[in-house]
Amino acid sequence: MAQSTADTPRTRAGQVEPTAIWQPRLVGFLCNWCSFAGADMAGTSRLTYPAAIRIIRVPCTGRVDPLFVAKAFQRGADGVLVAGCHPGDCHYAEGNYYMRRRYVLLRDLLEFLGIERERFHLEWVSASEGKKFARVVSEFTSQVAALGPREPPRQGPTELEAGTSNE
Amino acid sequence: MARVGVFICHCGSNIAGVVDCAAVASAARRMPGVVHAEENNYACSEVGQAAIRTAIKEHRLNRVVVASCSPRMHEPTFRRTVAMAGLNRYLMEMANIREHVSWVHGDDKPAATGKAIDSVRMAVAKVIRDERLTPGKVGITKRALVIGGGIAGIQAALDIANAGHEVILVEREPTIGGRMAQLDKTFPTLDCSACILTPRMVEVGQHPKIRLATTAQVEKVSGFVGNFEVTIRHRAKRVDHSVCTGCGTCWQKCPEKVPSEFDSGLGKRTCIYIPFPQAVPNKPVIDWANCRYQRYLAASGAEKKPPQCRICEKLCPAGAIRFQDEDSVVTEQVGAIVVSTGFQAFDHSAYPEYGGGRYKDVISCLQLERLLCASGPTGGEVVRPSDGKHPKTVVFVSCVGSRDDRVGRPYCSKVCCMYMAKQTILLKEHDPEVQAYVFYIDIRAGGKDFEEFVRRSQEEYGALWLRGRVAKVYEEDGKLIVRGEDSLVGRPVEVAADLVVLATGIEPSAGADALARTLGVSYNDYGFIVEAHPKLRPLESNTDGIFLAGTVSGPRDIPETVAQGSGAAAKVIGLLNQDELVTDPMVSRVDPLRCSGCLSCREVCPFDAIGSELLRDGRTAAKVNESSCKGCGLCVVTCRSGAMNLRGFTDQQLLAEVVAITR
Ligand SMILES: Cc1cc2nc3c(=O)[nH]c(=O)nc-3n(C[C@H](O)[C@H](O)[C@H](O)COP(=O)(O)OP(=O)(O)OC[C@H]3O[C@@H](n4cnc5c(N)ncnc54)[C@H](O)[C@@H]3O)c2cc1C
Ligand code: SF4
Ligand code: SF4
Repeated sequence: MAQSTADTPRTRAGQVEPTAIWQPRLVGFLCNWCSFAGADMAGTSRLTYPAAIRIIRVPCTGRVDPLFVAKAFQRGADGVLVAGCHPGDCHYAEGNYYMRRRYVLLRDLLEFLGIERERFHLEWVSASEGKKFARVVSEFTSQVAALGPREPPRQGPTELEAGTSNE
Repeated sequence: MARVGVFICHCGSNIAGVVDCAAVASAARRMPGVVHAEENNYACSEVGQAAIRTAIKEHRLNRVVVASCSPRMHEPTFRRTVAMAGLNRYLMEMANIREHVSWVHGDDKPAATGKAIDSVRMAVAKVIRDERLTPGKVGITKRALVIGGGIAGIQAALDIANAGHEVILVEREPTIGGRMAQLDKTFPTLDCSACILTPRMVEVGQHPKIRLATTAQVEKVSGFVGNFEVTIRHRAKRVDHSVCTGCGTCWQKCPEKVPSEFDSGLGKRTCIYIPFPQAVPNKPVIDWANCRYQRYLAASGAEKKPPQCRICEKLCPAGAIRFQDEDSVVTEQVGAIVVSTGFQAFDHSAYPEYGGGRYKDVISCLQLERLLCASGPTGGEVVRPSDGKHPKTVVFVSCVGSRDDRVGRPYCSKVCCMYMAKQTILLKEHDPEVQAYVFYIDIRAGGKDFEEFVRRSQEEYGALWLRGRVAKVYEEDGKLIVRGEDSLVGRPVEVAADLVVLATGIEPSAGADALARTLGVSYNDYGFIVEAHPKLRPLESNTDGIFLAGTVSGPRDIPETVAQGSGAAAKVIGLLNQDELVTDPMVSRVDPLRCSGCLSCREVCPFDAIGSELLRDGRTAAKVNESSCKGCGLCVVTCRSGAMNLRGFTDQQLLAEVVAITR
């Protein structure tokens, strides 16, 4: 069964034990101006939410290429969250509208490929909505957890992975 | 070859209290490309930064990951740190293990450590793919544009000009001055509005550094901070101001009379006119739509033509009349823009129950200002519009178009309680027999000397403030019956009034939303322009180089408006004092070899930053204007050829981050 993180620390490295129960592996693309800041706000306000999400900072949700989402699922992510500024508040005027359109199409496409629509979520979280961010992540985590782990992908290492090493 | 160094900050116990930093460091040491990892108690402190610099030298690091707080907090700090050690400042990435990890996962320490390790893994994967970037430089046009010549725009223009920079002040009306010019006296000091305003107006008119464009509008804005190109339409004045002496012969003799906007429709003005005697510029314009000669020309084919008139032309000693004048459109280069288009009073026709427009003696607050004013249509005599009699009982109705969802104005207009207090005082000073009643919802008097001022209205000037909404105003036996309720004693009240004053609220001036779209700045549901940050950047719009002053961004009084005018000017001066602007290098770039020339990228770019170029082999390729590009990345996702990439957030980097945390 999948472990909680890509690299759960080994016991010899410190006194850390791997988390016992299965937790989904979630990828979150957050726009720099609103949702990343909203996630910061959740921290500043010392709220808690499940640790299953890994956050990738993008300038704008409009920067989120469907390929990134597909890649995450292809590599076994259990869920993908995209969060950005509320409609009308985009730092770049209209990037989030592009994401909204893309989301609708992509969700259907993923469903067609056998990835439940509950695993892919788009949300608006402003820089001041730390509480909302914590709530969104908690809800999304339980929503995906309820679906259980995905079938492991049948796929060899990609070009990119090969490129990760730097020998 | 990448030699990455990873620095894991404890932030005292903020991080180390939850995350096992030693485990993170040892995991980091095993990551591809990492040659060194160390813990750091406070990475942002001078000691902490010195440790990073030393490690860069000692381990010949060429890339750095700092795992600490949010990059929104300290990215600039650590970019500087690595730059001081001789690295390109863009070869540094941060892993946010405080706000996104230790502060939110204190309840699950092993999971927090696992997440911290993943965060570092992503940052390492990203930093390996970072390239050296050099910020660009662009020159600055040392000239400012101020849009709207109310007190906000006047103050901003004067401050900028006095600091030595050229200013173009664009005003839609034939004179500057805005609403403040219409006011009689001002709360809470009761100094005369015109006495403090008109010297400023004259100063603007005579300032060698200010170019004043009245009856003018901004039609188009392109470019970016430091280098805007603005298209301005100068509406035809039909009087040549370069020869007109302002002698006044024309407006004394013009036979065509129309309601005066300046007097809120209570008085009349001629068709060739200056809005009020102290107008700046003090030279007339022809109101062409109402001009008799225009009507004559329009009826050219008709049987019976109206008389030609042309009296002003005949009488003008300077020969300044230009009936054939047409609009002219010019473009100007400016480096910064101040938007100060102010407000208008809410149109009370949305409240038919108050009878405004139906009953002559139900007037607006601005009309009362004009009646109180010694230079107003009645020479400062407060009389009823219907019969010219002096009103003895005057009733004010507050919050007309404020704090009312039904008319789409749920906000408080902030100045109305105060100007009602002022007007009750002034009424009593005009005529001691006047009894004023004020129906209010709450008294909002938060300001220096404000509360005391309202108390004076009540105690010294005997105005009766009744807490409650007015339900209806109707006429009976020559009196206006105001029916409301006194919610403090919980019973309905009726007052038989001679004059009813509606305290209409503040809303953005007509066309403010269209102007905001032209400028590319955000505005809220009501049309007020939104500040870049409501607390920390109140004078900036969310577009760099476009600043805000006065009531354009929300209701406020004169002192606050003036403070904002000066504040926006300070921002502009700070900008124009620089010789060059540094541009962010994290912008898009086209690979011309891959570009198919479809230019789909150009369609999606919200900032007009993409043009095209002709390559040597005759193909067309997209070309990014690096100083306009804001780095959103919309074009990158749109490009089907994979030719477009965003520096600092490349496809390869973001995919590598995904790969780093999935497996
Ligand atoms: C009845 C009443 C009484 C008041 N009494 C007081 C008082 O006693 N004390 C006090 O402190 N405050 C008072 N106020 C508030 C005061 O009037 C405002 O704070 C002040 O006038 C705001 O100035 P401004 O420059 O922001 O806007 P404005 O005075 O509205 O100036 C805006 C200018 O921009 C121009 N403009 C608009 N759109 C465009 C465009 N698209 N292009 C070019 N130009 C444009 C307008 O023609 C105008 O000249 C009162 C308000 C009211 C309604
Ligand atoms: S009469 Fe001629 S010179 Fe005198 S104010 Fe009118 S236009 Fe100007
Ligand atoms: S990154 Fe955004 S602003 Fe820059 S060129 Fe592309 S679409 Fe335009």
